[in-house]
Amino acid sequence: MTTMTAAEAGLLPCHACHLLHRPSQVAHGLVCVRCSATLHLRKPDSITRVWAFLIAAYILYVPANVLPVMETGSLFGSQTDTIMSGVVYLWTSGSWPLAVIVFVASILVPGAKLIALTVLLISVQRSSTWRPHDRGRLYRIVELVGRWSMLDIYVAAILTALVQFKSLATIRAGPGAIAFGAVVVLTMFAAEAFDPRLIWDPVRRHHAAHTD
Amino acid sequence: MTSLIACHECDLLNRETVIPPGGKACCRRCGALLYRRTRNSLDRTLAFTLGAAVLMVVANLFPIVELDAQGHRTSTTLFGSVRTLYDDEMRSVATLVFATTILMPALETGAMIYMLLPLKLGWVPKRLPAMFRLVQTARPWSMVEVFMLGTLVSLAKLEHLAHVVPGIALWSFGALMALMAAAAASFDAHELWARVEATGRRAPRFSMAASNGEAAR
Repeated sequence: MTTMTAAEAGLLPCHACHLLHRPSQVAHGLVCVRCSATLHLRKPDSITRVWAFLIAAYILYVPANVLPVMETGSLFGSQTDTIMSGVVYLWTSGSWPLAVIVFVASILVPGAKLIALTVLLISVQRSSTWRPHDRGRLYRIVELVGRWSMLDIYVAAILTALVQFKSLATIRAGPGAIAFGAVVVLTMFAAEAFDPRLIWDPVRRHHAAHTD
Repeated sequence: MTSLIACHECDLLNRETVIPPGGKACCRRCGALLYRRTRNSLDRTLAFTLGAAVLMVVANLFPIVELDAQGHRTSTTLFGSVRTLYDDEMRSVATLVFATTILMPALETGAMIYMLLPLKLGWVPKRLPAMFRLVQTARPWSMVEVFMLGTLVSLAKLEHLAHVVPGIALWSFGALMALMAAAAASFDAHELWARVEATGRRAPRFSMAASNGEAAR
């Protein structure tokens, strides 16, 4: 009993409140008896849905990095900033701690998140039994750090609202901000749609095949 | 059946054991956090959440920051910045900012109070299961702490351009961030369902004092 998964024991865990159900308990529609969340053995169509979100995110990743996220207008002409040029500006103007924060949150995290989710997805699709602990940890990190990419959106929002000195300087958010926000949201949806239990399912089967 | 818990990350069945307050239980196979025990979990969560609700009002009513550039002054509230984006043809970005910094934190806090306050008073609110699920859905999308960092980064960017005066809402957001994190960390869903079951069995809504004493255990 102690080395069994819920699926092998024929039990349905609720994803919201974690209550275990026997199939006989939920004969009338698969709904949790305690918190009435819909019950699934695994998240439905996990792989397909994650691919859809990921591909959309990859496509939008290009305009997010190429188009300007901020447009600054002043007496001396106007200037547009992409995410990367914003980081470079911070670096050259001497505030390197800020440059590092923005670089990590806006460039490193979204890029790494896309790659990590793709690796996880391909490994799961191929029923890989390679280093499940590390892949599980990778998923946890992806879930944890993804939200911090919203940083640039908030910076654009605050600057746009504050720098409205009609004659001196105005800042507007650029089209890149839309694409960038979409990338963050799509990768968060992707992480949510991914079912980490799929990492462990083949491990169990593999193990069983060897001991039998 | 209650003595077993399935790991939400690898599906392995773990035996649910009694752990000391402040401790946590992790899955034997993959190491994912299964559950935590906090002393007076629900009371603490309720206290933190009520505090967060008050701060949320303050944080949204007052300006976050004021800017002074050669006599020109501008200031903005959080909703003001959403409005500016919205009027600037940046509707999707405005919606995203509104949802993640105002709507979702408010839903999370409201649903939490809806569950915990009546329980504290000795009765089970009718829509508790729906509110429990709402908290779970809203939580990943409520990003007060990220917004806080974003504000600090923008202030640092503006410092050489103009004189920056932090507003009341900035401090409120800092405290709100801390309280929401504390509330989330002290919330123990296991304790919630145990309390619901204990309260529900006794049912009568009017025997508040009696059920309160017992539920505290």
